[in-house]
Amino acid sequence: MLTRRIIPCLDVRDGRVVKGVRFQGLRDAGDPSELAARYEAEGADEITLLDISATPQERATATDTVARVRRVLGIPLTVGGGVRKVADVARLLDAGADKVGLNTAAVLRPELLSECAEQFGSQCVVVAIDAARSSADSFRWEVRVRSGAELTPINAIEWAKRAEAMGAGEVLLTSWDRDGTRNGYDLPLTGAVASAVRIPVIASGGAAKPEDLLAAFEAGADAVLAASIFHNREFTVADIKKFLSTNGVEVRI
Amino acid sequence: MNFTEDQPEVVVVRTGSANIASVAAALTRLGTVPHVTEDPKVVLAAPVVVLPGVGAFGAAVTHLRNRGLDEVIRERVRCDRPLLAICLGMQLLCESSEEHPGVAGLGIVPAHVGRFGRDQRVPQMGWNRSLPAATCVLLRPDWMYFAHSFRIETIKGEWNVATTEYGGTFVSAFERGALLACQFHPELSGSGGLALIGRWLSLAIGRKVVPC
Repeated sequence: MLTRRIIPCLDVRDGRVVKGVRFQGLRDAGDPSELAARYEAEGADEITLLDISATPQERATATDTVARVRRVLGIPLTVGGGVRKVADVARLLDAGADKVGLNTAAVLRPELLSECAEQFGSQCVVVAIDAARSSADSFRWEVRVRSGAELTPINAIEWAKRAEAMGAGEVLLTSWDRDGTRNGYDLPLTGAVASAVRIPVIASGGAAKPEDLLAAFEAGADAVLAASIFHNREFTVADIKKFLSTNGVEVRI
Repeated sequence: MNFTEDQPEVVVVRTGSANIASVAAALTRLGTVPHVTEDPKVVLAAPVVVLPGVGAFGAAVTHLRNRGLDEVIRERVRCDRPLLAICLGMQLLCESSEEHPGVAGLGIVPAHVGRFGRDQRVPQMGWNRSLPAATCVLLRPDWMYFAHSFRIETIKGEWNVATTEYGGTFVSAFERGALLACQFHPELSGSGGLALIGRWLSLAIGRKVVPC
């Protein structure tokens, strides 16, 4: 039976892992390859590396960081952040990514998903969606782009379906409202997207405790992404897997 | 498993757009030196060859055929020269695939590649158990990492297979002599996957090169 996945996320800037609420007030959280290796040893199922570079120089460093992580990492590596064109995907795959996340560029030009799927296969094309609850309707979510700075009128569920049809092989679904709040994942959002598409869905944004991850799986997530609970050493991946297993979720132990 | 003493070279076949950085990194961690090529002469003569692959069946078959690599890979398997085929690399060894009906595979293995059932999330993405038959030499029961939308249900004939459950049973790996083929990604399957590549390398590197 296919197991549910736990994916620690490394937000990387200028060669270092950083943490902060919505990229404000960033603090250093360690070396990317050291953290990646530690999480693999704890039982992480994959690693996601999100490049939050602010300058072209930092972006060049990020490619080196991917290569550095790849050298030590024996599990899948997804890389996202600032991916604009097919050549960016090729560069990250060459550096050692196994999957690449596309966000703003895919919203602006959805054909980018098809172009990447044709060239590299759907299994390495991840559509990253930042979804914010509509102020008018709590069961409607709108897509945010440019690291969340810009709101679009696009319905997040419709966008997930369209992205699947265009060739995305997985959805990385981040709740803009919950990200960094430690209030748990947005469960109605997770459930709505998971039942709208046939590709796997990764829930992201808001995890603070093992019960939050359990709830996301019960809502229909195939995988969950979390950062601060691991970086702060509140829980190890092994702790969380043990808790999930005790509560009937199939995990790789 | 570690070959750091003599650092043998392992030839990795370039199959078009396949991402080979992870395969190369795993081979390096095992103390070998990966050498990526699409030269059929090199692929035929090399003591040890890995055939990785992601992407589409039809495009990959065409890529191999245009470079004369299909003949060379067939020849290697016929002479039992060491070959490790991964993911799409394994599917390419089959006769045909539902992904591109009408495109002939390399036809080395009497099997057809089909799509997963309608009830399954596709791609199958993540860790699942691979359980080998008692006749397997290299394969052991372990968690392995999968990322695929198509799979082989059965293989005809004398092949040592490992199976996995995902909306029914499918063939997650098979082996015979120095040929090891995996639907999962051993290079992304942590210590268990690395150990499997290591066992295959030990068998492969210890073997005398038989002239074809």
